[in-house]
Amino acid sequence: MLYREVGQFKTSYAADQAIFPIAQDRWFVLALVVFAFIGVPLIANQYLYTEVLIPVLILSLAAIGLNILTGYCGQLSLGTGGFMAVGAYAAYNLALRVPEVNLILVFLFGGLMATLVGILFGLPSLRIKGFYLAVATLAAQFFLEWAFARVKWFTNYAPSGSVAVGQLDVFGIPIDTPGRHYLLVLSIVVILALAATNLVRGRIGRTWMAMRDMDIAAEIIGIRPLHAKLSAFAISSFYIGVAGALWGFVRLGSWEPLAFDINRSFQVLFMVIIGGLGSILGSFLGAAFIVLTPIFLNQLPNLIGISLSTAAISHIEFMLFGALIVFFLIVEPHGFARLWAIGKEKLRLWPFPY
Amino acid sequence: MLGPILETLIGGLLTGILYSLVALGFVLIFKASGVFNFAQGAMVLFAALALARLSEVMPFLLALALSALIMIALAYAIEFLVLRHLVNQEGIILFMATLGITYFLDGFGQSVWGSDIYKIRLGLPQDPIFILESMFPGGLLIDPAELVAAVICAVMVAVLAVFFQVTRVGRALRAVADDHQAAQSVGIPLNHIWLMVWAVSGLVALVAGMIWGAKLGVQFSISLVALKALPVLILGGLTSIPGAIVGGLIIGAGEKLAEVLLSPVLIRWFDLAGGGIENWFAYVLALVFLLVRPQGLFGERIIERI
Amino acid sequence: MRAPAGSAIVAGDTLLAVDRVSLAFGGVRALRDVSFDIRKGEIRAIIGPNGAGKTSMLNVVNGFYQPQRGSITFKGVTRAKMRPFEAARGGIARTFQNVALFKGMTVLDNIMAGRTLKMHRGFFWQLMRYGPALAEEVEHRRRVEDIIDFLQIPHIRKIPVGKLPYGLQKRVELGRALAMEPELLLLDEPMAGMNLEEKEDMSRFVIDVNNHYGTTIALIEHDMGVVMDLSDRIVVLDHGVKIADGTPPEVQGDQTVIDAYLGVAH
Repeated sequence: MLYREVGQFKTSYAADQAIFPIAQDRWFVLALVVFAFIGVPLIANQYLYTEVLIPVLILSLAAIGLNILTGYCGQLSLGTGGFMAVGAYAAYNLALRVPEVNLILVFLFGGLMATLVGILFGLPSLRIKGFYLAVATLAAQFFLEWAFARVKWFTNYAPSGSVAVGQLDVFGIPIDTPGRHYLLVLSIVVILALAATNLVRGRIGRTWMAMRDMDIAAEIIGIRPLHAKLSAFAISSFYIGVAGALWGFVRLGSWEPLAFDINRSFQVLFMVIIGGLGSILGSFLGAAFIVLTPIFLNQLPNLIGISLSTAAISHIEFMLFGALIVFFLIVEPHGFARLWAIGKEKLRLWPFPY
Repeated sequence: MLGPILETLIGGLLTGILYSLVALGFVLIFKASGVFNFAQGAMVLFAALALARLSEVMPFLLALALSALIMIALAYAIEFLVLRHLVNQEGIILFMATLGITYFLDGFGQSVWGSDIYKIRLGLPQDPIFILESMFPGGLLIDPAELVAAVICAVMVAVLAVFFQVTRVGRALRAVADDHQAAQSVGIPLNHIWLMVWAVSGLVALVAGMIWGAKLGVQFSISLVALKALPVLILGGLTSIPGAIVGGLIIGAGEKLAEVLLSPVLIRWFDLAGGGIENWFAYVLALVFLLVRPQGLFGERIIERI
Repeated sequence: MRAPAGSAIVAGDTLLAVDRVSLAFGGVRALRDVSFDIRKGEIRAIIGPNGAGKTSMLNVVNGFYQPQRGSITFKGVTRAKMRPFEAARGGIARTFQNVALFKGMTVLDNIMAGRTLKMHRGFFWQLMRYGPALAEEVEHRRRVEDIIDFLQIPHIRKIPVGKLPYGLQKRVELGRALAMEPELLLLDEPMAGMNLEEKEDMSRFVIDVNNHYGTTIALIEHDMGVVMDLSDRIVVLDHGVKIADGTPPEVQGDQTVIDAYLGVAH
């Protein structure tokens, strides 16, 4: 009864194509964003910032990037970790060698470098498809991992192989508390997520989905396959690169290539599958799920009195994620996002059954 | 100079045969059902774990037989619970599903069997053998364990190849791979065939697990071996048994040779902190192959009809 | 042979000329030395028994197959080889026997996808959306709604096409092709699998497209009644060879055509 569209007539096509055509949705999301910026800093503590909010936001960004490539454009990629590494190390090297550059530009540079690498490794996609392309992305992953571990220039000849960044500041304002880290990340993620929703709703998004659904048919309406695939690789890599830079600079502070290994690639892929392929909302939901589950499992002993070793928790995680992946692929390939949409549909009708 | 290179080559070839064995499991399933079973690696791990733990409490041969039964049951469970429901989906979806199965099996296997490093004792001779001492000073070093492994693999491959080509069941499998509906219409029971294929692939996983486990000790990283099998499949072609062998040999030898010959060069030129080319060589080689000859050395060209 | 620059092609002129096209796949000769033309503004049917090479012919026009010999002249420009997206850009649209829609997208999105070539706002405008990109979306949405009204499918516009019955899918595919505002529309068995009522609807759409939009149409069809009623001229293929070419009455009376359909050995 609350969630009704009665009286909401769309008087223009623009209104019909808005991100949230239903007014209640608009208000809800607006409230959520306001709460995120203003409400959360009033009630959150350090743990919430560093262990929940910041990782979820940054990984959501990476998930959005991978979703663009795999969910919208249908090109499976196992190289997410490698591209995050490109973003992180590119940003690091710029900040190191040209310290005057604004932090935001540093992050954007990381994204840009990742874009270039992404286009390079996306070139084979014209000739190879499907899981073969996935193997090509594996080549990217392992090569990039190796490069950042071995090419000393990237790590500024650090004997330990790991790099660290100093204190962050934007326009002279130091970003030194978890609260400020959070707001910085939140701002960047909100802007980029909005940009992503704009892209996928328009001509470019339709081009990607056409390539995913039937690339042969896409050609006959005039889409150039190489352009379409490369644009997906480029934009996807940009998002993943920025996420990588954020991960290194804000979440970790200091890191080694191991932070961006093949497990990271699988992790982001799982977020996309569980959250929903081809959905920006799904990227957020999937990231939240993957980040929160281990935390929840860690707390479980306290909540219900069973004690679990760390190893056991890790095994349960693996089993749970694996089972969920299989479950979602069989039952609902559009993941949590579709379940959410179905829930809203039911809510529209509530309390009537149909 | 030639001596060490030959040694590396032989070592690489022997490792390559082990890759081939894992790749073989993939090829069997793909040939018969078109499913790309990424979970093969997890199956290898699971089999190795089962064998290692069971042989702690019972004679080896009994443990082997019991593990075989477990693997067949596992293979059937995967087919029944997961793949049957995804019959009409495209390759990527199936691939991701087997990825999920891999994670599940990793967690499940380690929950049931434990996550320490376990040893599988095959009673293989441990002392290195030296050959061709007349031609090279000191002779070339060969690890007898690897040699035995290679022989076992070769026998297995020969058996499988013969099985496919000659026996009635093998012919039925090839028919199913070619065209499911046509095979059904001549009376071939699809489900039985798939069950058999998965069972065989489970057994192949067991042999692979046994050998890898004896060589490396049973640990988690074995399931990453599945990743290494992907370049093997690309080189050899997804549907070719001889391709899996040749691909494995090329990757195994290529990796090791690249590490020994190429690494020093790269280290000098780019001022690297160490080698490790092995980590990516196989994949980059596969990438090059994909650009030049996507169907692999022995695979079939995929033609899309509109 | 190029048309003099600046000369427009008027109704009645040759829009597309197929010149001695031969196509073979391995040992199979799909088309042998086929030549015919399509005049602007007409409805041209391509008929023939199964396996005659009709779909292959459309695939050659469309750019999916490259003929071993011969050439296609479209709007005065002669090409031996062409990629499908080049054909699309040139003004050729196509539907398929097995519906080639984007199953994951809605009806509206599928037809909007047909407008891709007409949409020019670049990447950065799309990022912002509000402003020129949105204005362009709305403008093209208007055109697409016209097509949706024309095809009488407004009630299903938000439904993913994978969920639609076959007959409606074919209509959506026609809509997507129309969205391209093509000069030449290639229809591959548009009536296949339809009942009488659906065929009548589809026939009406085809005639309306030809009259109302002025689109030249080449269609492959098996239903003889439809073919005779709709088409201005007909090309008959059999085993890859052209055996007749003329108006419906001419073709109907042609003995070689009758023999080909009845399976008389020749």
